Amino acid sequence: MSTKTIEEKQYLIRFKADKKSHLTVLDHDVCMTKCPDKICTIFCPAEVYKWEGLRMQVGYEGCHECGSCRIGCPYQNIKWEYPKGGHGIVFRLA
Amino acid sequence: MSEKFDVIVVGAGPAGTSCAYTCAKNGLKVLQIERGEYPGSKNVMGGVLYRKQMEEIIPEFWKEAPLERPVVEQRFWMMDKESVVTFGYKGLEWGVEPYNNFTVLRAPFDQWFAKKGIEQGVLLITETVVLECIVENGKVIGVRTDRPDGEVYADVVVLADGVNSLLGKQLGYHNEFRPDEVALTVMEVINLPKEKINDRFNLEDNQGCTIELFGDSTKGNLGTAFIYTNKESINIGVGTTLSSMIKAKLKPYDLLDYLKTHVMIKPFLEGGESAEYLAHLIPEGGYHSVPKVAGNGVLLVGDAAQLVNAIHREGSNMAMASGKMAAETIVEAKSRNDFSESTLNIYREKLYDSFIIKDLEKYKDAAHTFENHPQYFKDYVPMMNQAASKFFTVDGTSKREKQKQIMRSITGERGTLKVLQDMYRAWKAVK
Repeated sequence: MSTKTIEEKQYLIRFKADKKSHLTVLDHDVCMTKCPDKICTIFCPAEVYKWEGLRMQVGYEGCHECGSCRIGCPYQNIKWEYPKGGHGIVFRLA
Repeated sequence: MSEKFDVIVVGAGPAGTSCAYTCAKNGLKVLQIERGEYPGSKNVMGGVLYRKQMEEIIPEFWKEAPLERPVVEQRFWMMDKESVVTFGYKGLEWGVEPYNNFTVLRAPFDQWFAKKGIEQGVLLITETVVLECIVENGKVIGVRTDRPDGEVYADVVVLADGVNSLLGKQLGYHNEFRPDEVALTVMEVINLPKEKINDRFNLEDNQGCTIELFGDSTKGNLGTAFIYTNKESINIGVGTTLSSMIKAKLKPYDLLDYLKTHVMIKPFLEGGESAEYLAHLIPEGGYHSVPKVAGNGVLLVGDAAQLVNAIHREGSNMAMASGKMAAETIVEAKSRNDFSESTLNIYREKLYDSFIIKDLEKYKDAAHTFENHPQYFKDYVPMMNQAASKFFTVDGTSKREKQKQIMRSITGERGTLKVLQDMYRAWKAVK
């Protein structure tokens, strides 16, 4: 079947998650007080970011390492590094 | 371990491997560093590989490289909600040697290409992140990796670290990119039996088709979608500038599912099985976004140098050509034993003298024009569809009267002067 939801899409991919996150929200208060749209929760192609009322949950394990959040965060509030060598997403096809 | 190399290439995509391959072939001692488990494991492309620039590195590569299908037909769709205006070209000369372009799956292709480099003598190290360039007296002299004692040195470091090029930023060669300089693209590989693909796209076994889709494929936002045929799968993807995605509050995967279930698209995918989902940024800032590409002991190639022609969906070919030019420059620098910026600027001259920068220069205002004037994607595509529908519907109205009605409906909606301005502006942006 062709996928219908982001959850189904993410299941298609192989991830070799590191124990430590390569994505860090620098100041959760900035998300809370300055960013009504929480826009990263919308444009992130892997739904890595989820707002939990008081803080931003970062599901780095499913990250595609595209870089959109680093560039798209209106407050430069995301520290973005590459996962440790050999870790993170492993594309098998395209 | 403070071994010294002639060249360190950071990244094993098309730009990095072209450079590493060409350097090694010319007798240089090359270390290539890849952060993924294998070359291609972090790399994403819609899937069109052009023959010309690849052939200049490996002649007749199509005889052994893992390719999908040679493309014999390129279609362009101006899509509305329940209609589409199409044009395109199909030519069987593209189906025989020397070919024009091929669909490829990047993970197998990049592994194959990197292996060709290894055969030339490249030392490839995977699963290793380059954390920073080591700079001494204003000169890049090596890199620091995330391995224990992971410092390595070379006369020249080539940054082929892709669209995010954190290393280029570290050196101050470019600032952080703006959301309107990158396109966020998502795609799926959908498995389908070969016979189904051949039937649905009117192809033989060793023929491929590409469709570029404009208009409702991005819900009128600045971007495009695509459908490419592989041997036994289809790549379907959609992207817009990150700024458009933010402005329209779009979820990229929702946009992809909108496309997949679009009445004009759905029949192509019927019965298909999703095999992979991929997201990636494409550097689309064009001419104005190209950073400094040469410094003391360092060169930038491929996506890291923003070398993508978004209008013509060319990127990997520019990556390969730039990688090769960088390699030729390094060979020359080696013979002079001078790796200063002034010598390495030979690369910059080659680049600016080639089709790469010439093409980026031609379209230097296109992205900006279309970003600031959304009517081209939002309004004109539906108008084209309405015009075609009206013109080709036989209802007893004379053709001349139909033409008048069509012109009136177009100018009536926007005003004659506005339409003329729009046409002139678009022509200027791509002329």
